[in-house]
Amino acid sequence: MKNSFSMALREIVGKEYVMDEPVDMLAYSYDAAGLDQVMPSLVAHPGTCEELGKIVKLCNNHGRPLTVRGAGTNLSGGTIPNKSGVVVLTGRLNKIIELNIEDRYAVVEPGVITLQLATAAERHGLFYPPDPGSQAVSTLGGNVAENAGGLRGLKYGVTRDYVMGLDYFDAQGGLVTTGAKTVKCVTGYDLASLMVGSEGTLGVVSRITLKLIPQPAKRKAIMAVFSHMQPAAEAVSAIIAAQITPAVLEFLDHLTIKAVESYSKIGFPLEAAAMLLIEMDGHPAQVAEEAEQVVKICRKLGAVEVRLADTKEEYEQIWAARRGAFSALAKLKPTVILEDATVPRSKIPAMVKAIGEIAEKYNLQIGTFGHAGDGNLHPTILTDRRDQEEKKRVEAAIDEIFERALALDGTLSGEHGIGLAKAKYLERETTAATITWSQQLKKALDPNNILNPGKIIG
Amino acid sequence: MIREVISQLGELDDMLVTCMRCGMCQAACSLYEETGLETDVARGKIALLDGLARKMIDDAPGVAKRLNRCLLCGSCESGCPSGVPIMEIFLKARAIITAYTGLSPLKKLIFRCVLTSPAFFDRLLEYGAPLQRFFIKPVKKGSITSCARMKRTPLGNRHLEPLAPIPFHRQFKQVPIASEGENYTVAFFTGCLLDKIYPRIGLATLEVLAHHGIGVRVPERQACCGIPNLAAGDQQGFEKLVRFNLECFPVDTFDYLITACATCTSTIKKFWPMMVDDETLAGQVRILAEKTMDISEFLVDKVGLDSAADTSNQEEQIVTYHDPCHLKKSLGISTQPRRLLEAVPGYRLEEMEQPDRCCGMGGSFSLAYYALSASIADKKRDAILRTGCTTVATSCPACMMQLTDTLSRGGHRIKVRHPIELLAQDLVQRQ
Repeated sequence: MKNSFSMALREIVGKEYVMDEPVDMLAYSYDAAGLDQVMPSLVAHPGTCEELGKIVKLCNNHGRPLTVRGAGTNLSGGTIPNKSGVVVLTGRLNKIIELNIEDRYAVVEPGVITLQLATAAERHGLFYPPDPGSQAVSTLGGNVAENAGGLRGLKYGVTRDYVMGLDYFDAQGGLVTTGAKTVKCVTGYDLASLMVGSEGTLGVVSRITLKLIPQPAKRKAIMAVFSHMQPAAEAVSAIIAAQITPAVLEFLDHLTIKAVESYSKIGFPLEAAAMLLIEMDGHPAQVAEEAEQVVKICRKLGAVEVRLADTKEEYEQIWAARRGAFSALAKLKPTVILEDATVPRSKIPAMVKAIGEIAEKYNLQIGTFGHAGDGNLHPTILTDRRDQEEKKRVEAAIDEIFERALALDGTLSGEHGIGLAKAKYLERETTAATITWSQQLKKALDPNNILNPGKIIG
Repeated sequence: MIREVISQLGELDDMLVTCMRCGMCQAACSLYEETGLETDVARGKIALLDGLARKMIDDAPGVAKRLNRCLLCGSCESGCPSGVPIMEIFLKARAIITAYTGLSPLKKLIFRCVLTSPAFFDRLLEYGAPLQRFFIKPVKKGSITSCARMKRTPLGNRHLEPLAPIPFHRQFKQVPIASEGENYTVAFFTGCLLDKIYPRIGLATLEVLAHHGIGVRVPERQACCGIPNLAAGDQQGFEKLVRFNLECFPVDTFDYLITACATCTSTIKKFWPMMVDDETLAGQVRILAEKTMDISEFLVDKVGLDSAADTSNQEEQIVTYHDPCHLKKSLGISTQPRRLLEAVPGYRLEEMEQPDRCCGMGGSFSLAYYALSASIADKKRDAILRTGCTTVATSCPACMMQLTDTLSRGGHRIKVRHPIELLAQDLVQRQ
């Protein structure tokens, strides 16, 4: 005999779209963060946003925790459910409702895949810039919940900068709407700003209006190799000081370069200490001029090799190397832990040095790559989750990475979110009152604590 | 018994642990695209095996059911950022769990009594061919595809090409082939679908090889490559077939083993060395795997194609090419079949969107989950239609069956051909 809650859930979405067998629950007990697994008690797969709203209301009436799951690529445990909870999948809410070329916006359901929107926009000469590493599978609902970033943060910003409007269900299942399809809108509180990055703890997003911009006419990629870290960092500062804003300004360290090269044989110098991958985009004349300047700056600061991609093949090769960075590192050891401590970009050399010291101190392999333009680094710790002794050292190293980042005026997370993984560190960056205030806010909006409980503020 | 399963799955731990749950396999999986279910994608299946091995769940049949709901196309593995050996995990796990749950009575009958007794299998289908008209009928008068006469058959509403009246092994001798070649002597591994449904592909292969002066040995009796057994977790039947085939194809009697079936090629080349446990066979299996080549790979990389005739004043038809997963994702072969097509005068190759997206056939998957399989195929059909082609070519007879079905159900008169057929057809025209 099924209990009344699960019967009611089946009534809302149809019985073939509710799962409760332990085997299926196991498949929704994890995300990409590699934390301890928690099996939910039910999984629902709604087919319309109305059903989504009814599910929220039902969960609230029964006091059952609810965790929304898109592609499950979260890197901070934000999609790990509660034991008595319901996982709500957004996979069937995958329609691009409107793509408006004249007014340059798109209205989408939360389950639309990031890359699908970007591709659809591109067909009309438009551009959706946020490009998290998981964009081929990640959903826009998840991107909004995490305020996902990507490679283009320096010039184009992050998901937050593209959210014009949101519809979401509050904890009671009431539909809240905020923002508009207009460039300007000051109607009511700016609730979208509160919702973006709230990791599903304040509401359940049902519809997103996203800003689109024109596609840049020209793109050019540059690769610069350095035999020391310092001149690479100086080159980053010099490019910014020259009033140039590259679309992408990426950094790869020695271990990452070696890993990429051994895997893809592109011809990277193995002794290189650092590499910058830079992309300029915009009007062809400006791109050409700025690319020339960037090449000059890199050469002047002692780059041992500077390659300017002229053909499409060369361009592809340079970016294949960057895209392959994570997977090349991932192949070195069974388990990889990808962090995203972020510092002001002028502090990158200090942070890279700190990571090197931490790797040595705890006897770990840590490869670092990331977004040099916006200070968002990805120290990637290579380990084996079965090795309990090493696990302790890994935890201590992560702790110290956060400590050093904060000491450099940085932040715990640039783009992966706090979730479960970093909730305990939150007070270190903020204050006790910040957490209390946030908890009060959460309690006022979600008195039964059903919306993804335990994330961010514990 | 369940403890036995758990301890054996533990042996896969070194492979299971390499999955970091990044979820990128979702982008590659045609089945996940249809259902959006985590248990349908590689990450979910690996998590289930890991959970079973670590005793988080104990429902081995439940895991088996979800594990078997897979096309085994290998798309996930070829795009996996951590290089998880997904196919090896899946096939070995299927064998471990099947050893515990046993084969279904129908599969047991087919594998134990038919497939692993090649002589009986051959005869059964030979006698069966004239009788098939009692069970299937042409879709329309004069159409090349047929469908089931009765409702509720395992065929569903599939449109299929019927069994050939005369199988390949009864008619290949009509093609004059030398048994010793000037440069190369090869052996031809026919494969079940070529032998019983598409003898014309086998004959085309022999004609092209003869034209290039290649010596060809075709053992009249050969067995299935064993992929149905591997997919069902039937290790015993699989090894029996490998042993039989090794006797049919003594490895020191030819330079290369040629097939015109992507699935047979990938099974012999990759799965045989991976899955054969019997150590007495390992050496021969390894040599045979090294010698096995797809026909287009052999012609382009080893033999060299004739230069194409001048076709400047000839009207061109559009041909598009579907990459079989077992050729491109499993073996990295995608340019050679296209070179073959480009060498055929009168055809212009026009690429479809995502030519390497799985067509949804997956062997026994399409019998067990026909609705899902057909829905995946219909996406492929739409991509084919958008090219405006008159012929779609692909190097795998199983893909050909799937494409034939989806095109015929849609009422489209696009021809489905193996690239070697088009090449052979051109040779005939030139003569």
